[in-house]
Amino acid sequence: MPPTTLKTHTDRQYDAQLDDLRARLVDMARRVEEMIANSVRALVNRDAALAKRTIEDDHQVNRCEVEADELCLLILAKRQPMASDLRFITLALKMVTDLERIGDLAVNICERAIDLSSVPKVKPWEDIPGMAAIVRAMVREAIDAFISRDAVKAQQVIEWDDEVDAQYRHVVLDVINVMIADRSTVENGVMVQSVAKWLERMADHATNIAEQVIFMVHGKDIRHLGKLPR
Amino acid sequence: MVTAGTSIETERRRMTGSPCPAPGRLRESSVNSDVAATKFRVRRLAAWFGSQKVLHGLDLEISNRRVTAIIGPSGCGKSTFIRCLNRMHELVPSARVGGEVRLDQEDIYGPDVDPVLLRRRVGMVFQKPNPFPSMSIRDNVLAGLRLTHQLDRASADETNERALRSAALWDEVKDRLDEPGGGLSGGQQQRLCIARALAVEPDVLLMDEPCSALDPIATARIEDLIHSLRERYTIVIVTHNMQQAARVSDRTAFLLTGELVEYAPTDRIFTAPADKRTEDYITGKFG
Repeated sequence: MPPTTLKTHTDRQYDAQLDDLRARLVDMARRVEEMIANSVRALVNRDAALAKRTIEDDHQVNRCEVEADELCLLILAKRQPMASDLRFITLALKMVTDLERIGDLAVNICERAIDLSSVPKVKPWEDIPGMAAIVRAMVREAIDAFISRDAVKAQQVIEWDDEVDAQYRHVVLDVINVMIADRSTVENGVMVQSVAKWLERMADHATNIAEQVIFMVHGKDIRHLGKLPR
Repeated sequence: MVTAGTSIETERRRMTGSPCPAPGRLRESSVNSDVAATKFRVRRLAAWFGSQKVLHGLDLEISNRRVTAIIGPSGCGKSTFIRCLNRMHELVPSARVGGEVRLDQEDIYGPDVDPVLLRRRVGMVFQKPNPFPSMSIRDNVLAGLRLTHQLDRASADETNERALRSAALWDEVKDRLDEPGGGLSGGQQQRLCIARALAVEPDVLLMDEPCSALDPIATARIEDLIHSLRERYTIVIVTHNMQQAARVSDRTAFLLTGELVEYAPTDRIFTAPADKRTEDYITGKFG
């Protein structure tokens, strides 16, 4: 069903619970977006201390996931949501998993940042920050689309994923060339490739969220279009 | 258009046990078509109480051997709608019906249709269990059938057991068939009423909030029963409990102020309804 003027629930406690869940998701997304920025900043600036602080931040994201899950279960048990409310709750359950995974991937990048901070640079970092900037924007816009029930914005996020994939392939080719030219860079080169891979995975999670937003708004499942067995 | 006067006469005949044509037909010339995919075809159905119009031209088709749920807020015309499907609406003084309702392609408001025969084919179960309290369980089951049939002991016992088994009550009452129906629990009484409705071998079972007076366990038993009955009967259920509609039905119709807002597969109605009014109602953003 297309988005229209939102009415409130007759039971205002129900509205309050849904608002609470929405606020928790926004807060979790904000923390995750910050983790992406800090993990890449720690990598580029060879800042091991920032990387360690960012790893600590992941505990808070994990707590957000557990609390949001609990609230979803409570709403399912008490309210038996229907239609767009049901789609919202199922989206929330999936969204927290995607956000938590993005947080974990940021932790991975931080761990590599710590490893790489004490060894010579394989190559300049011009591509990785560019990828990270798009991924951050994807997470931010996916959450914005969720809050504003904006399927057009969600579709935009899905399209950005192609750009991230292209950049990932570019980084991998670049790193391979560096490693072919100088075999001593292989160990560190693989680490750089891993960072690019994790950013690409983050973009996939943001895409998942955007696809779920479209399902929430229109009730239409667009995942795996053309890829499911008939 | 049907007025209350003509049907009250046929109802009187039913109550006094006056002779009627054979069951399973609305009139001598009628043709049974049990295999038809569409059981009821409703066109421009309107209903009044006096000058107050309560249904405003409903169009829908009810599938054979499927469960159809009717949902909507109080006063939307749900009960009136199903009472139009077996001509019970016209039993209310001043009540009128317009439009067309076809059961197996036959116009149930046709001039030579006997409403009593119609109600044998289209049975009804009400909100509050209404067994005859002092009548035995056995006699409760056979009460409807005895209005039109002389039953010998063997066929009475056979019908009794078949109906009670169909209503999933046999195992609980088989050793006390001569005890009064009023001594059963609320859930058992409701299943007894379902057995009574099934004893006359209807095609269709109309259920008007059949679980609203029952506890959750008794409700679950009735829902389980509905699931098994759908293999043999067409069931139309009015319910205020949307979770129940979602659980038991194949298709759901949402009525609002006497109009059909949306009629779609139940899975669709409760996950992604097409109409904003349906969405608002089932998510509790109403009134």
